[in-house]
Amino acid sequence: MRLSDTLQFASGSLRGSPTRTLLMMLAMAIGVAAVVVLTALGEGARRYVVDQFASLGTNLVIVLPGRTETSGVGPGLMSGQTPREITLDDAQALLRSRAIKRFAPLTVGSASLSRGALNREVVVLGSTSELLAVRHMEMAVGRFLPGGDIHDTASVCVLGNQMKRELFGNEQAVGQWVRLGDRRFRVIGVMSSQGESMGMRTDDLVIIPVASSHQLFNTSGLYRILVEAKHRDAIGQVTKDAESILVERHSGERDVTVITQDAVLQTFDRILGALTMAVGGIAAISLVVAGVLIMNVMLIAVAQRVKEIGLLKALGAPGKQIRQLFFAEAALLSAIGSVAGLALGHAGSFIIGQFYPSLPVSPPWWAVIAATATALGTGILFSVWPARRAARLDPVAALAGK
Amino acid sequence: MIELQNVCRTFTVGDQQVAALRDIDLSFGAGEYISIMGPSGSGKSTMLNMLGLLDRPSSGTYLLDGGNVTDLNDEQLARVRREKIGFVFQSFHLVPRLTATQNVELPMILAGIPAGERKARVQVLMQSYGLADRVGHKPDQLSGGQRQRVAIARATVMNPAVLLADEPTGNLDQATGWEVLKLLEGLLEQGITLVLVTHDAEIGARARRRIHMLDGRILSDEQQAK
Repeated sequence: MRLSDTLQFASGSLRGSPTRTLLMMLAMAIGVAAVVVLTALGEGARRYVVDQFASLGTNLVIVLPGRTETSGVGPGLMSGQTPREITLDDAQALLRSRAIKRFAPLTVGSASLSRGALNREVVVLGSTSELLAVRHMEMAVGRFLPGGDIHDTASVCVLGNQMKRELFGNEQAVGQWVRLGDRRFRVIGVMSSQGESMGMRTDDLVIIPVASSHQLFNTSGLYRILVEAKHRDAIGQVTKDAESILVERHSGERDVTVITQDAVLQTFDRILGALTMAVGGIAAISLVVAGVLIMNVMLIAVAQRVKEIGLLKALGAPGKQIRQLFFAEAALLSAIGSVAGLALGHAGSFIIGQFYPSLPVSPPWWAVIAATATALGTGILFSVWPARRAARLDPVAALAGK
Repeated sequence: MIELQNVCRTFTVGDQQVAALRDIDLSFGAGEYISIMGPSGSGKSTMLNMLGLLDRPSSGTYLLDGGNVTDLNDEQLARVRREKIGFVFQSFHLVPRLTATQNVELPMILAGIPAGERKARVQVLMQSYGLADRVGHKPDQLSGGQRQRVAIARATVMNPAVLLADEPTGNLDQATGWEVLKLLEGLLEQGITLVLVTHDAEIGARARRRIHMLDGRILSDEQQAK
């Protein structure tokens, strides 16, 4: 028997009982759609987190003062010293490394910001012009901190979007003067609203030049240095270089910690990836249920078509061919059911994406393949028994309808 | 051409052994017209199933075209049925969802004959059986006589050597019954061996060779002188 004839015959017998066929396809389709939608959600969550990290800056290496020792007592503690702070000159020295594209030093402090009678307690970030590029931030109006000498103590500031609204309302802010602590600063720009990015709201910040912040808070150290590697593969080199440069500058003492964003990101990636797999696996159970349903209906089909099977045997069909006919039926059912399920699942993901635009909902390719394969697999697997039963029917009894 | 040697067939019913065929020795030549008659339970249907390789003898030997077909496996048996044997049943056994043409095509589909050749052969056959205007009809749109003619077309489309008919006129009125019978007898001219199982003495008497069965044994085997 030719393959095309087998498929045609099988599709003919499926069309012969349309209600049953439709119900089975529906079960298959729901199973596949469940896998697609649930994995799409899991994958969406994973990509959301990854994107959040990316918005924090790509290829980022963060240098912070002090060293977290996991064993023993640090030398600083032995001598009763606090770890040496990282200075602006330390930060600038980092540019000796070829792997580093740019860096942004960071200080954090809190001061009261006032304009006339309006007064707000704000978080003050001290940094340089590079921060804009390193953190992937955007300006709404005006410009960001000026470039030039890192030690320049210009009295200019950039306001977060919310701060601007609270102090100026709808008025023009750029060019106006505000008071920050005991100094006056001229507003040169306003950040665009960016919502939250990994716990840091830029909307209610004030950003001033790093040297000015040192004066304002009477300090000389840095809270962090954000270092951007030239490319992803250079991150390892940057980590090594940053450490060796700073150790050298700190007279051989390892009193800085260098962490890569990659390590954190990979952990999240792994956790959420595993979660997606688990959710997809649970959804796959519905496919197995659909498979059991197919088996059930196939057994009924065998019982109903006993005479036809007897006839096929009398006309010269060996058991193998009968088996193939039933396999073909199951395969067709699962295949059409899977296609319908994929369409349903993609439609469902699309609708969810419309409701939660920030979640990048799209089913991962592996889930689509796995769902289809599982559907086809269970469909055929669960038709083994009915097909064998049909193939083993005694032709004489089958023809008599027994 | 067909030779049964010492064939027995016993069924187990409950814990009892029931013999449906006992020590049957029989041989047919090519082109013979044989009727097998007897009351129900005489073993004539079992005999037909045995001849059609749907049933296997419990003991004894079945030679078809000189070859021993007693010990063939499922696939080989199916092949022999496909190529050498045609069945005509009392209740037609047409597949209800297939059209007349598709029903006739069925044996050729199972044999893997390409679609083009199938169509040509079916067309010739439908024409000669007076079914040309019924090709696209489903079985439930056909009369009893037409259904049996479709079934005969299906049984002969592979040009079998033997045609086994089990009460082919049993579900038909007398007039259509005779028509169908004439159609079957017409096949004898093409050299087919026709085996007719019936309990109707009048129909059985038309065959040149009449076999009477009772209790699984051949009671009489008369050859009518022509």
